[in-house]
Amino acid sequence: MSNINRRKFMQLTGGAVAAAGAVGFSGFAIGGASKKVVIVGGGTAGATAAKYIRMADSSIDVTVIEPNQHYYTCYMSNEVIGGDRKLETIKFSYDGLKGHGVKVVHDMVTGIDANARTVSTKGGQKFSYDRCIVAPGIDFKYDTIEGYDETVAEKIPHAWKAGDQTKLLRSQLTAMKDGGTVIVAPPPNPFRCPPGPYERVCQIAHYLKHNKPKSKILVLDAKDAFSKQGLFTAGWKKHYGYGTDNSMIEWVNAAGGGRVSAVDAGSMSVTGEVEDFTGDVINVIPAQKAGKIAFTAGLTNDKGWCPIEGKTFESTIHKNIHVVGDAAVASPLPKSGYAANSEAKVCAAAVVAMLNGKPAPQPSYVNTCYSIITPNDGISVAMVYNYADGKINKVKGSGGLTPGYDKTTMEMRAREVGYAYSWYDNITRDIFS
Amino acid sequence: MQLTALKGTVLACSLAFSGATLADSPSAEMLSNTCFGCHGPNGNSVGPAIPSIAGMAETYLVDVMNQYKEGARGSTIMTRIAKGYSAEEIESMSAWFASQKYAPATQMADAGKAKAGAKLHDKYCDKCHSEAGTLADDEAGFLAGQWTPYLKASLTDVMAGTRDVPKKMTKALDKAKKKGGDDAIDQLLHFYASYK
Repeated sequence: MSNINRRKFMQLTGGAVAAAGAVGFSGFAIGGASKKVVIVGGGTAGATAAKYIRMADSSIDVTVIEPNQHYYTCYMSNEVIGGDRKLETIKFSYDGLKGHGVKVVHDMVTGIDANARTVSTKGGQKFSYDRCIVAPGIDFKYDTIEGYDETVAEKIPHAWKAGDQTKLLRSQLTAMKDGGTVIVAPPPNPFRCPPGPYERVCQIAHYLKHNKPKSKILVLDAKDAFSKQGLFTAGWKKHYGYGTDNSMIEWVNAAGGGRVSAVDAGSMSVTGEVEDFTGDVINVIPAQKAGKIAFTAGLTNDKGWCPIEGKTFESTIHKNIHVVGDAAVASPLPKSGYAANSEAKVCAAAVVAMLNGKPAPQPSYVNTCYSIITPNDGISVAMVYNYADGKINKVKGSGGLTPGYDKTTMEMRAREVGYAYSWYDNITRDIFS
Repeated sequence: MQLTALKGTVLACSLAFSGATLADSPSAEMLSNTCFGCHGPNGNSVGPAIPSIAGMAETYLVDVMNQYKEGARGSTIMTRIAKGYSAEEIESMSAWFASQKYAPATQMADAGKAKAGAKLHDKYCDKCHSEAGTLADDEAGFLAGQWTPYLKASLTDVMAGTRDVPKKMTKALDKAKKKGGDDAIDQLLHFYASYK
């Protein structure tokens, strides 16, 4: 029986069970008495999916396999780098998930057999599943920057996966002399958290302005345009002299030679297309792709991301495997924490329905993304999405950006910072508690 | 269980076309859970700048969403969000949040200020926001147990005229300020934070 036929068979038999009135027979699933879901990765998307599946149907056996004991959110980690937030405040344990009856296994998934429907780990464990949810986040295309790899990242951090890397970049900034140069090199599209590198520039500038005011930030960009660009550059002008001779921030776009092709950790220099640059602190954020296991499991397209069906997040390559979060091609949804959380809820609802022989429900998705320019100046972008014509769409007329300084007040800008913090409190509660 | 059994029967009878009927309208829960990222699980916020929306009257929530949608209520982000939903979807989400249990926030309050605030509340606010503003049947916003920073911002907007509220509310606030002086708003906030 092919996979598609098996699905149809499940739906039909699911209906037949209901028709017979045997609803108590909820353990029904192909291949066993229980319904098993294995989730690969316990980040924002994976943890949300686990919790929401269990809340919707506690008869489903859910196992999350995640190598780390704790999760550090990438969102708000820029505030740690700027010094306004402690690393401990972005650290979460898996106790909340366990409270929902989720089994949490700390191990590294090394293989997924889509035909046998099994997941195997580095620790030699094997798990069978009826449906697998893969949420591996991102990995870096180290080979796009000569001289850069995981080892060099210990000296030239990317800090694009929160935790030790965040701490490292923060400690380099605090150790830097006043008058030093910080290089930030944002990646080409698509990548995790599109406004993130530019919020980071704000956070570093905020720290330097108040502690090392003679210092400079050189942004060497692989792009000519970026997310919330008008709002960010206006913020840089307002707070950090951008566009003047005394600007703390200089942005070199791709057309101007900003694309970094090589790094040299020994001389602390980077190679641009026009010239080389040296920095006292260098933060290179390389081009990105789906997390490693997505490649091993054959879930990626030629661009290195995982194509999915937007109603269920089921892989369009392998049946019974769903991909959520940054690794998935869920465009027009961005690769953001809010989107990952929203996608995971849609995926969870679909998985619960499908395991119970029902059609996946009609989805609804939201993205909201705050960036903090200073502790009193915040901006956001938001959008509502629906599912129609077989794909995810922006709802026309919805969403958009915070207005510019001329169209709003600093009181409202300060409120957006408050909303950013409260959003953080609420979304992390929604995911991990 | 009875309900589940019923659903099962309905499913069996309408399997062929149920997908089509439901195709364009997400369930109330599906629509509502996208709000949790900012408003907290089930609409109970743990972030002090963002209000809890669980347990309030459906009509109140519908009104507020429509005000956002039309730009009649000052906001940073909610106008942009509200425009993403049809009238039916707003009704559906409002009914869903109205059916959730309100979990009042636990906050610090100054006992003296709260006592003065209680008097002001009874005189000027209680008529529309009874039981310290915790009764859904009033079809008015919740006050007690709502986060102080949020309430403070809301009152600022009401007094600045950027939030469309009944005239009697602005009048009552003016009177409260005349009676209690500059501290009146602060006292009211301490009362709402202290109320159990």
